[in-house]
Amino acid sequence: MTMKTQWLVSAKVLALSLVLLGIVYPLVIFVAGRALFPFRAGGSLIKEGNRVLGSDLIAQDFSLPGHFQPRPSACSYDPMSSGGSNLAPTSAKLLEIYGERIRKLRLANPLEEVKVPLELVAASASGLDPHISLGAALWQLPRVARARSLPRERIEALVRESARSPLLGFIGEWRVNVFDLNRRLDRLLPEEEANKNE
Amino acid sequence: MNPNLYFLKPVAECAFFIALILIAAKPVGLYLYSSLNGNPSRLTAPLRRLERLFRRAAGARFLEEQGWAQYGKSVLVFNAMGIGVLLLLELIQKWLPLNPQRLGNVPFDLAFNTAVSFGTNTNWQSYVPERTMSYLTQMLGLAVQNFLSATTGIAVALALIRGFIRKEAKSIGNFWVDLSRSIVYVLLPLSLLFSVVLLWQGVPQNFGPSVQATTLEGDTQVIPQGPVASQEAIKELGTNGGGFFNANSSHPYENPTPLTNLLELLAIILIPAGLIYAFGKMTGDIRQGRALMKAVLVLYATGLAVVVFSEWRGNPLVQKEFAAIVETGHSQYQPGGNLEGKEERFGIAASSLFTTSTTATSCGAVNNMHSSLAPMSGFVALFNMQLGEIVFGGVGSGLYMLILFAVVTVFIAGLMVGRTPEYLGKKIGPLEIKLTVLAVLVSSIMILVVAAAGSLVAGAKASVGNPGPHGFSEILYAATSAAANNGSAFASLNANTLFWNISLALAMLVGRYVPIILTLRLAGALAQRRYTAVTSGSFPTTGWTFVLLLVAIIILVGGLTFMPALTLGPVVEHLMMLSGSVF
Repeated sequence: MTMKTQWLVSAKVLALSLVLLGIVYPLVIFVAGRALFPFRAGGSLIKEGNRVLGSDLIAQDFSLPGHFQPRPSACSYDPMSSGGSNLAPTSAKLLEIYGERIRKLRLANPLEEVKVPLELVAASASGLDPHISLGAALWQLPRVARARSLPRERIEALVRESARSPLLGFIGEWRVNVFDLNRRLDRLLPEEEANKNE
Repeated sequence: MNPNLYFLKPVAECAFFIALILIAAKPVGLYLYSSLNGNPSRLTAPLRRLERLFRRAAGARFLEEQGWAQYGKSVLVFNAMGIGVLLLLELIQKWLPLNPQRLGNVPFDLAFNTAVSFGTNTNWQSYVPERTMSYLTQMLGLAVQNFLSATTGIAVALALIRGFIRKEAKSIGNFWVDLSRSIVYVLLPLSLLFSVVLLWQGVPQNFGPSVQATTLEGDTQVIPQGPVASQEAIKELGTNGGGFFNANSSHPYENPTPLTNLLELLAIILIPAGLIYAFGKMTGDIRQGRALMKAVLVLYATGLAVVVFSEWRGNPLVQKEFAAIVETGHSQYQPGGNLEGKEERFGIAASSLFTTSTTATSCGAVNNMHSSLAPMSGFVALFNMQLGEIVFGGVGSGLYMLILFAVVTVFIAGLMVGRTPEYLGKKIGPLEIKLTVLAVLVSSIMILVVAAAGSLVAGAKASVGNPGPHGFSEILYAATSAAANNGSAFASLNANTLFWNISLALAMLVGRYVPIILTLRLAGALAQRRYTAVTSGSFPTTGWTFVLLLVAIIILVGGLTFMPALTLGPVVEHLMMLSGSVF
């Protein structure tokens, strides 16, 4: 096989690979997605009329006291530049940022007897982590209940209802989707109306 | 649940995963064995048509047996052409379709680095994909190289095995045949299956532009889209690791659930583990494969234990500073440990498994941010790569490097008892051992040279993100990841500079193709040798004696080469952390 035929064979095999693996394969998956899981294939977007509210897989910034807050994000919840802080465990800056986050959390959640959950202080890997643990959600309960003037029990029921258990009981953590939970929360009827309906 | 027993959860998760690998290795290995030898099972027989398509494209007269030099030329020409096409795609993507975000052409040094990176199965990424690569570049450029670089690895591994099992032969197989079989019977069908599972769990696959959302609190959020699922599947199966998004497999679009995470982990190790089994089958003695598998498992489990322990224990500096006000411990509904740079849905165990698996193989995908790992976890990640990625290893590349280490082991055992060393019935002569040692050492040399240059050149040092010993770890990690063709990063290093783009591209090229050529030369030399019957005097390469000696040699070679560098980076950082220093 001369060098020239090497290049020729190579070009032909590469051309076939480009068509098969670079065009046909992703198109087949595209069609499969449209047919089988259109919502997921389209990015799990939640809409209200024509307005896109977000994706239930992508964290958004919640800062109102009446909403549950997600994990801190090193990219300010901007999906166009996903990523973590990449700060080393020995970084002075990391401790400084933690100190600031803890101060804010304690100010907003006046709970002196219960310690702040670490996951609400440590930034996630993607900056878009849609979940918090069940524990971190329950910790925020008093603040949310007070901001909404609703009894804790009603919100706690909602939180526990949205919690997903670990896979097979031991893979992963008990988790709550923050976007999902806050949407349900926004749709909760005010206390008096709920009583009237009962 | 008794709080003292919480640690059982990560232990159970790790044990469960290792059990899955062990269960999967045999059937996958048998499947690889039959389909790569051209005897697909009845289930995949329809794929023969696709194989015929490839044979016709190549031309029947070029499918004859090749000697090592011809085989090597085919590998190099095909890889060079693939890298060239990818480079071109990046440089002109602005004028091509499927670019709804109207992204510009990629600058030359970055495009070169990326083309080399994907062509060599490294998938080092100096760029932010969401803002750099068009959908066309991702699917037609990057994803195609994901397939092709993995098949190159499988082909070279097959060629080396043939060198051992053929007697007085001049040829070691045909590259085009090996390539088409590994695409048609292995990577493509597995990717199709896996993509559909990923779709079901939430990974998107569309060609729409980024979506503008108005959030529940009235802010604006722009969410990128794309053909993610098809690329995600091959990214793990081919141990490539290049993410569709910057956050890689920690991104909820790439890895949305604990189930996808488990399957991605399995996909990373599936083919490398299967190939080890197939190796035994091909040599006609499955115990040969089992011995390698045992050695690999010893190394894997040891590394995993260190990572899980370090991450589970958490960051002592945080624990000390905020002892009274932050809950850093583990409880039933709330994770503890080192949570910086980790995702809630994975937690400590699944993150540690991913870190260990992605560096043990040549994958380099990450589901947590490695720069924020505990220093000793970073140590394991670095050491895994520096050992030559033989702990399961990359698709194909792991197996041939592992076999090279087995050759070094029988050589040293031979020296100890004063006999001519032999492996799988082939005498290991001076030429064979020279080629082997050179192939094992070449990426090590590249790692140290690039790390030294990065630490000396002023402009390169400016890229470092964290001060102190961690900064040196960042440089060492980049050099290691490139030369070992891994692709994961301590991403605090800003690698998108002229120095890093070019020096890392060179490290990737040398670290990939020099061992490949040496391995093929070795295969050619071995194929020509006579078969030496095994006698009672031969050193058995199947028992635990061999396994432990192999492990010792692997650690010794890696340790002697890298211990000084590792001490300056992660070990110093670990000790400083324990003594309460911050930087």
